[in-house]
Amino acid sequence: MTAKLLDVSSLTIAFPRGTPVADFGFAIGEGETVAVVGESGSGKSLTALAIMRLLPRTARIASGSIGFRGRDLLALPEPDMRKVRGREIAMIFQEPMTSLNPVLTVGKQIAEVLRLHEGLSAEAARKRSIELLDLVRVADPHLRVDDFPHRLSGGMRQRVMIAMAVACRPKLLIADEPTTALDVTIQAQVLDLLDRLRRELGMALMLITHDLGIVGQWADRVVVLYAGRGAEEADAGPLLEDPLHPYTKGLLAASPRLDARLHYTAGALREIPGSIATAQREPGCPFVPRCAMALPSCRISPPPLEEIRPRRLLACPPTAAQEQANASAVGR
Amino acid sequence: MPLLSVADLHTHFQTPRGLLRAVDGVSLAIEEGESVGLVGESGCGKSTLGKTILRLVNPTSGSVAFDGDDIAKVPSDALGPYRRRAQMIFQDPFSSLNPRHTIERILTAPLYVHGIGDRAERKRRVREMIERVGLPLSSLSRYPHEFSGGQRQRIGIARALILGPDLVICDEPVSALDLSIQAQILNLLVEMKRDFNLSYLFISHDLSVIRYFADRVLVMYLGRVVEEGTGADLWARPLHPYTRALIAAIPDPARRRQAAPIGGDIASPEDIPRGCRFHPRCAIATSICAKVDPMLEAHAPGQRAACHHAGQLTRPPEA
Ligand SMILES: Nc1ncnc2c1ncn2[C@@H]1O[C@H](COP(=O)(O)OP(=O)(O)OP(=O)(O)O)[C@@H](O)[C@H]1O
Ligand SMILES: Nc1ncnc2c1ncn2[C@@H]1O[C@H](COP(=O)(O)OP(=O)(O)OP(=O)(O)O)[C@@H](O)[C@H]1O
Ligand code: SF4
Ligand SMILES: [Mg+2]
Ligand SMILES: [Mg+2]
Repeated sequence: MTAKLLDVSSLTIAFPRGTPVADFGFAIGEGETVAVVGESGSGKSLTALAIMRLLPRTARIASGSIGFRGRDLLALPEPDMRKVRGREIAMIFQEPMTSLNPVLTVGKQIAEVLRLHEGLSAEAARKRSIELLDLVRVADPHLRVDDFPHRLSGGMRQRVMIAMAVACRPKLLIADEPTTALDVTIQAQVLDLLDRLRRELGMALMLITHDLGIVGQWADRVVVLYAGRGAEEADAGPLLEDPLHPYTKGLLAASPRLDARLHYTAGALREIPGSIATAQREPGCPFVPRCAMALPSCRISPPPLEEIRPRRLLACPPTAAQEQANASAVGR
Repeated sequence: MPLLSVADLHTHFQTPRGLLRAVDGVSLAIEEGESVGLVGESGCGKSTLGKTILRLVNPTSGSVAFDGDDIAKVPSDALGPYRRRAQMIFQDPFSSLNPRHTIERILTAPLYVHGIGDRAERKRRVREMIERVGLPLSSLSRYPHEFSGGQRQRIGIARALILGPDLVICDEPVSALDLSIQAQILNLLVEMKRDFNLSYLFISHDLSVIRYFADRVLVMYLGRVVEEGTGADLWARPLHPYTRALIAAIPDPARRRQAAPIGGDIASPEDIPRGCRFHPRCAIATSICAKVDPMLEAHAPGQRAACHHAGQLTRPPEA
């Protein structure tokens, strides 16, 4: 694996009422695309905000560290963190409309970032803004630079957000569901753009999504979160071909796919019973209430994410034991 | 005779910026017991089409024949019997359920409005329906906010089915739900279809969901149906370049790090391109495409497309 750029370890985020992220860890290598998947409320956005040190004030980091290029971001004084934010790590947020300022032109908003971080003059910043709009493939950038956000389509707004995020050539770009609000054909364009920028600027990409198709097409590595805990982590291909955690397995079996010849007249979809809400008061593995494999031991304490073979991490002891039995049976 | 037959339906809105043609000449039919999928991108007019069919929105022109009656021309105070037979399930079950009413009251209201049964009969039907959609009887005394998204969608389904409709329009019924919950709701809708012999118009922007759920598929682009066919044919051999682009845009591990082959932005329904409405984004457009609006015509048995070059993969040479 490439050198570690980001190394999140035992991260626990607590609110006065509840702990939505608990003992969660994962790493991102230089130039790598790591997808973080999980259902609504599983803690994806909070994890991203913790890395940016932008958690809501009621949140408390109860434990953990966030290593980034040799420093622990959680230990950094705020003035130093301000230099990291935007310049070394940038983020695109879930809702592009609410994160753009409606009363400033697109050009002014990009220029603001450049003047703040790079100290460019007004004129140089404008010129660079046009170049950035061109980089993210906005047509007629010299005209668009003077447009207000409401004049742009959803896809164009997301491109502007991306232009602002990559303005200072960050080492890590966190994209929080960057295409969820976009149409299918536009979504494909934006993902292609992000991947091209990753290559051209040598960035790593943390891609938060709940779309397993996106994972398969664009990610190197995948981290599956369930109720704030890591369930499984693996390279994208092996994860989709051979999911191990009962949740990941269930998810893949439950999703209708275009290539699968499944039709309602021929049979029902596989279901995962229950909902993530049942994880709330679970002392053991958060998936226990929905899991067909659960053993009494699963209910005692949450299983940690452990390496069961190279590049393959799993937080499910019963499955891990089974895997090991299979492996010794075939003499691996 | 089809249960529902829509002909040249238009729904236009007057906006400060001019005329917005949300539905712009749609014809379609739904047979009894059939599940028709309607797929298309945001703003192409799917919800407006669904609402116009139910007369929740009035059409500008065209006809909506339901079991022999033209619903588009019935005075709104005489729509009662139709409302009983045609219902809608919405995307966001939360905003469509009154937060101050108990589930019992939400489910009883349609029966009450349509004067069905006495108190005891209504109570019986409500209990039967809530259990049928997989929720405990104790749900009846609770309020919408006490339920998860998937449970709320079950309540939305119960409300739509309590009047015993023949036609149900499902408008993105699983789009707001977690992946692990979507299969539960899709399976429930299939069961309901069997048990009550329902016909569905199933609206979604997700081709994979449509693939699973539809007998026949309509592809909509900017207010118009641009392709129609049985599921299997349409996926195997899309005739319209837009259908092909939609299929190619689905993220797919098999196309690792390859871009989907379509550029351009979707035009606004306030400014629909002349000629073929897809031509500014079309890779095989020729000069006729910018001039002549193609009609929906059969190009293969059971498969129709509105494209001058239907079925072609590359740009044909100009005459
Ligand atoms: N400010 C807050 N105060 C209290 N709890 C919060 C706060 N913000 C988030 N949470 C809780 O933390 C959990 C995780 O939230 P998060 O936004 O990280 O989820 P997510 O995985 O990004 O979900 P989605 O896919 O819906 O965006 C949620 O259950 C949420 O209720
Ligand atoms: N009452 C209304 N007044 C004016 N414009 C409307 C009205 N209802 C819908 N529109 C416009 O009509 C167009 C079609 O909207 P519609 O909601 O039918 O699209 P859709 O295909 O359902 O999109 P989505 O996938 O986002 O739900 C949009 O441009 C919308 O803004
Ligand atoms: S009619 Fe022309 S522009 Fe329209 S889809 Fe067909 S080839 Fe493309
Ligand atoms: Mg989120
Ligand atoms: Mg809609």
